[in-house]
Amino acid sequence: MGKTLFDKVWDAHVVDSIKGGPDVLYIDKHLIHEVTSPVAFLGLDNRGIKVLRPENTVATPDHNIPTMNQDKPIQDELSRMQVDKLSENTKKHGITLYGLNHQYHGVVHVIGPELGISQPGMTIVCGDSHTATHGAFGSVAFGIGTSEVEMVFASQCIMQPKPKKMRITVNGQLGKGVTAKDLILYIISKLTASGGTGYFIEYAGNTFTNLSMEGRMTVCNMSIECGARGGLIAPDKTTFDYVKGRKFTPKGEEWGKKLTEWEKLYTDKDAVFDKELAFDAADIEPMITYGTNPGMGMGVTQSIEVHNNATYKKALDYMQFKAGEQILGTPVDYVFVGSCTNGRIEDLREFTSFLKGKKKADNTTVWIVPGSKQVEKQAIEEGIDKVLAESGIIMRQPGCSACLAMNDDKVPAGKLAVATSNRNFEGRQGPGSRTILSSPLTAAAAAITGKISDPREEFKL
Amino acid sequence: MAIDKFQTIQSACVPLAIENVDTDQIIPARFLKATERKYFDKNLFRDWRYDNNNQPIATFPLNNAKYNGSIIVSGKNFGSGSSREHAAWAIYDYGFRVVISSFFADIFKGNALNNGLLPVQVTPEFLENLFAEIENDPKTEVEVNLAKQTIILKTTGAQESFEINSYKKECLQKGFDDIDYLLSIKNKIESYESTRI
Repeated sequence: MGKTLFDKVWDAHVVDSIKGGPDVLYIDKHLIHEVTSPVAFLGLDNRGIKVLRPENTVATPDHNIPTMNQDKPIQDELSRMQVDKLSENTKKHGITLYGLNHQYHGVVHVIGPELGISQPGMTIVCGDSHTATHGAFGSVAFGIGTSEVEMVFASQCIMQPKPKKMRITVNGQLGKGVTAKDLILYIISKLTASGGTGYFIEYAGNTFTNLSMEGRMTVCNMSIECGARGGLIAPDKTTFDYVKGRKFTPKGEEWGKKLTEWEKLYTDKDAVFDKELAFDAADIEPMITYGTNPGMGMGVTQSIEVHNNATYKKALDYMQFKAGEQILGTPVDYVFVGSCTNGRIEDLREFTSFLKGKKKADNTTVWIVPGSKQVEKQAIEEGIDKVLAESGIIMRQPGCSACLAMNDDKVPAGKLAVATSNRNFEGRQGPGSRTILSSPLTAAAAAITGKISDPREEFKL
Repeated sequence: MAIDKFQTIQSACVPLAIENVDTDQIIPARFLKATERKYFDKNLFRDWRYDNNNQPIATFPLNNAKYNGSIIVSGKNFGSGSSREHAAWAIYDYGFRVVISSFFADIFKGNALNNGLLPVQVTPEFLENLFAEIENDPKTEVEVNLAKQTIILKTTGAQESFEINSYKKECLQKGFDDIDYLLSIKNKIESYESTRI
């Protein structure tokens, strides 16, 4: 019987299998940041051991950092200490650090791909659930806890039971104003926040293969939001073209060798999945969420479903919405564009594509946060910062920012935000904040009109 | 670095009768700034436990004196969202040793097991029954026997078996952790590496 893409990558990394237990899985690349690594480093100290393969580890501070005045010391003492601790730990263990103000600094899942650290066929882990982003390259990439971060430090391996496999096939062309973000929000709304639990997802079909790498990253990034540990897409010409020539990708003769290996990374025709789902791209409209998990999503023009259970009611009460009502036209206090989901150059382009000559709404505060220094640089080169400025919007500096509000970018209690990030949990963007997830295009429509708007109407698509 | 050995536990339960309890609720991101594993229990369920003025919210079960014990019972998809192990630390350090639900998020489940916190997955019927018994009498006790992999509702005698892989079971019973194991197979890891270059 043939193998799935996931099997091919996973099986090639199994060092050992424990009977009735997990596999010992070898990790090619380990990405670390300031929040989930310090206790793992402490664990190494307590055992009196060092990082086994520091050359396979890359560090960057992203979760905690301010997105203004990055050249000045971090004001929040606890944040500063955590960022300093990352510098101290990486120095001690000989790990490459792209610190604040470094030309390669940024959100960990944005810099991995743009530096060519993320490559097809690899196993990639990070103490962050959105590590699935790197699955866009046909790698097995997933988020891990701090104990597992310590395992990778100590042995370059982790112990993992092999997940089940699901294939989600979507074919057809996405409608006007419908983007990669809408595609994944639609899939999650169909699966619910737990429908993918226990599985690793392969996204297949021409709707995915027609996406750019940025779009594929947005899709894979949110795999965890339906409970799946990760998601991946078979690498193709789009992938190889993106990877070629980046800082850490193989060059010369080595490139040719790798390419031959990577071209074998696809699911065999007779391979079997534990679960198969299929959707039609034509059914998808621009998506928004209305509840307190990413599975509670709907088309922007639709009305909130009616369900009679305590969890559902609690979510709608928190969001101050009523079952059966439309959200279209609801005033929006904040718009946030950024994060590992939608903080790449293509997302900033998408946001500004219809912005020229228009002002942001007076009632709406808009935060635009590039995913990395390189994205910031490119945005400036393309004049995106100027278009923003003319609309009354400042481009901030790279970081996770209001996605999880560990820094000062907090949405105040009770305020409603449209965010291009990945989670609409209670208080995710600050205590009491209310979040609607959307694409950068739908966020642009909200920023201009100051209310939830259909980008197809607003931009006459 | 051994974890505490897991014994059979008989305890009353603290009920959280909602679904999809995510790790941002278990411990909000703004409390993840420590560089040591300290005080996370203080902020367990912070925004459900305390109001904007830091006053305890009386209706939240953790603040309700009638609920006690070392077991949390919650609706399906417990621990969804972020990979933060701080969620498992906060629950464990608060004094809980077992979480009962009809369904756990993957990363949380792994994090819990790596810290000696046992996730016990029961059927939706058992869970509903348990919630009803606790509502009826908050002193309702449950026995969780790891060796036999059984959970017993003491008031009604209702019993189920739960699954755990034999490796993790042994780790919990003996207080071993994965890193001890991985360090013990260093030769195998190095020999794997030599085949890939």
